[in-house]
Amino acid sequence: MKLNSFKLLLAAAFLSFAVAPSAYSASGGEPNLDADVDLSDKVSLARGAKYYANYCMGCHSLEFSRYNRVAADLGMEEGDIKPLIFTRDDDDKIHKPGALMVNAIRTKDAIRWFGIAPPDLTVIARSRGGGDWLYSYLKGFYRDDTRPFGVNNLYFSNVGMPHVLEELQGVQALEVQDDGKGNITKTLKLVEPGKMGAGEYDQVAKDLTNFLVYVGEPAQLHRTFYGILTLLFLLVLLVLSYFLKKEFWKDIH
Amino acid sequence: MSLLNWIDARFPATKVWNEHIAEYYAPKNFNFFYFFGSLAMLCLVLQIVTGIFLTMHYKPDAEMAFASVEYIMRDVPGGWFIRYMHSTGASMFFIVIYLHMFRGLIYGSFKGPRELVWLIGMLIYLALMAEAFMGYLLPWGQMSFWGAQVIINLFNTIPFIGDVVSTTIRGDFVISDPTLNRFFAFHVVAVPLILVGLVFVHIVALHTVGSNNPDGVDIKKLKDEKGIPLDGIPFHPYYTVKDIVGVVVFLIVFFFIVFFVPEGGGYFIEHANFEPANALKTPEHIAPVWYFTPFYTVLRAVPDPWYGTLAMFAAIAVLFVLPWLDKNPIKSVRYRNKAHLINLTWFAVTFIVLGMLGVMAVTDTLKELGTRGTQIYFLFFAVTYVHSRPQQANYLMWFVILMVSVLFWDFLRYDASFTANQSSLFWQMLLLPAAYLASTLLLPHFVGGANKEKEVPTRVTG
Repeated sequence: MKLNSFKLLLAAAFLSFAVAPSAYSASGGEPNLDADVDLSDKVSLARGAKYYANYCMGCHSLEFSRYNRVAADLGMEEGDIKPLIFTRDDDDKIHKPGALMVNAIRTKDAIRWFGIAPPDLTVIARSRGGGDWLYSYLKGFYRDDTRPFGVNNLYFSNVGMPHVLEELQGVQALEVQDDGKGNITKTLKLVEPGKMGAGEYDQVAKDLTNFLVYVGEPAQLHRTFYGILTLLFLLVLLVLSYFLKKEFWKDIH
Repeated sequence: MSLLNWIDARFPATKVWNEHIAEYYAPKNFNFFYFFGSLAMLCLVLQIVTGIFLTMHYKPDAEMAFASVEYIMRDVPGGWFIRYMHSTGASMFFIVIYLHMFRGLIYGSFKGPRELVWLIGMLIYLALMAEAFMGYLLPWGQMSFWGAQVIINLFNTIPFIGDVVSTTIRGDFVISDPTLNRFFAFHVVAVPLILVGLVFVHIVALHTVGSNNPDGVDIKKLKDEKGIPLDGIPFHPYYTVKDIVGVVVFLIVFFFIVFFVPEGGGYFIEHANFEPANALKTPEHIAPVWYFTPFYTVLRAVPDPWYGTLAMFAAIAVLFVLPWLDKNPIKSVRYRNKAHLINLTWFAVTFIVLGMLGVMAVTDTLKELGTRGTQIYFLFFAVTYVHSRPQQANYLMWFVILMVSVLFWDFLRYDASFTANQSSLFWQMLLLPAAYLASTLLLPHFVGGANKEKEVPTRVTG
């Protein structure tokens, strides 16, 4: 009996964690693609930063992150990040690498153009529970003439932005297949090729995803290192404290 | 030790040390479940210390709160470490507290003479829930905002004065900057003061009556010639060195989460909370943090908001009267009848199931399961009362009474607008409370072995 309640409790605890919080996609309903995020690939992260600055940052700031921090984390010199800085400070001088990664779009203009201010994306990867959704989203645009910008997204229904990377990826069309038994499969097919081949574009989407996952939580690059040190220390302490307890308790029966 | 003498003449330093540590005699048979008292203290200290450092950098301002948390995560040296300790600490605190309470439940530690220890502990639990709830607003993310919205709106359902109450809590007609400011004040000053005070009183009360143990044996009955309990050992050094082992194991789990899975799979830090609070955008799925979810399910189980709120608070309030419901003189589950063990098992499983349901989106099946779970949750307390006197109890009568009350509740909630699916689930899951009552009331009536209590030894075992 002594152990019964304990075992039961353990079993129940395991059960409760088997049900993960519903991994949701924004509202597209399609299961996400696997982004296979790899933060140790510093070159991919740097490419992601470059693509982000060139294609995304005009509208989507990274206002909690700093250029020099990105440079340091990606193993670059502070000077290396300067080509990615386009915004200016109050003295009309180009921002220094220590600045926050803001952009120049005015909220009022943005709302007039898009109906909504483009959100800051510093922690987008975290709010989506990882990179899979981002990767899927970047690959999920297809032509839809009913939408204001002529595109829709398989992973974000009625998305409010144009497909900025269309010149790279090309134009996709949505193909819906219904097998008559209620199983609807949606696939995307490239109908107008862009500047890049499919594999090349996938790498761009992956670089951007990697970068956004990194920028969501820069600490993740080194926290596991401290984690291993801490756990090693605690394991040694566990052995010592266990034998200390045993020594003290040897006369208790 | 002249310094110590000097102090002792002015402050009872040695006396306090001896009474509470060196000559506090604790039963020698504490098991796994007895680590969680000292671990709860550790959690409290961790939360206070990390909280102080967070307060140095956090801005309690609706415009700046979200950004200041990200500032802590990025620009403050070691800030992420402090913040993750605080967020992980909150969840670990509740895990520890739930196990601590479960220990009290299975070994009857809430029974006389420890009723006050239990009552003060319940107050600590209440204060802790208030503390966690208000702290969760501070990062000012979507779940912070909408979670608070759901909870504060509960007060809105109070008849006549609801509006005034919820407006007073918010300090505004909507959740906004004043709400954040006052929650910050409560979270960092008021509630921690209350918590520390209550913990102090909890321990003083415990040390007056002495610790219970897994056998529920009163060790003060048998003492040696010096007046020391035969089964007691001084807290220091025996339990101090033992608790250090517990602390190290706890820290291994704690720091594993902090360094490797700080979001706790989306349970400890919810993904949606990385989106800044937006009063104009309701999230698709609002789930409170996991430690509130059992009560959240109880709330959702009752369709009427005001009665739902009452049910939710009743689910917590009923724990307060436990010492007066369970009058069985045998404390530990080890020597109670099998039906009691079955009853406790149902309760633990029900509590966990209710918790799991609270994080999931509502479907017909889950809603019905939540309602049935809520029924079992409340029935547990009635059955516990019946089990107080297993030999004299009229199990059949109580089975009928409780089954009728379940059916009465069902009669009240059964609605002509139920879909075919809902009404078939309604009838199928009626089996759950029926099975619960059958296994805890009919079983001991018809199977003598399930009603047999064992003799409590005079000395502790193991």
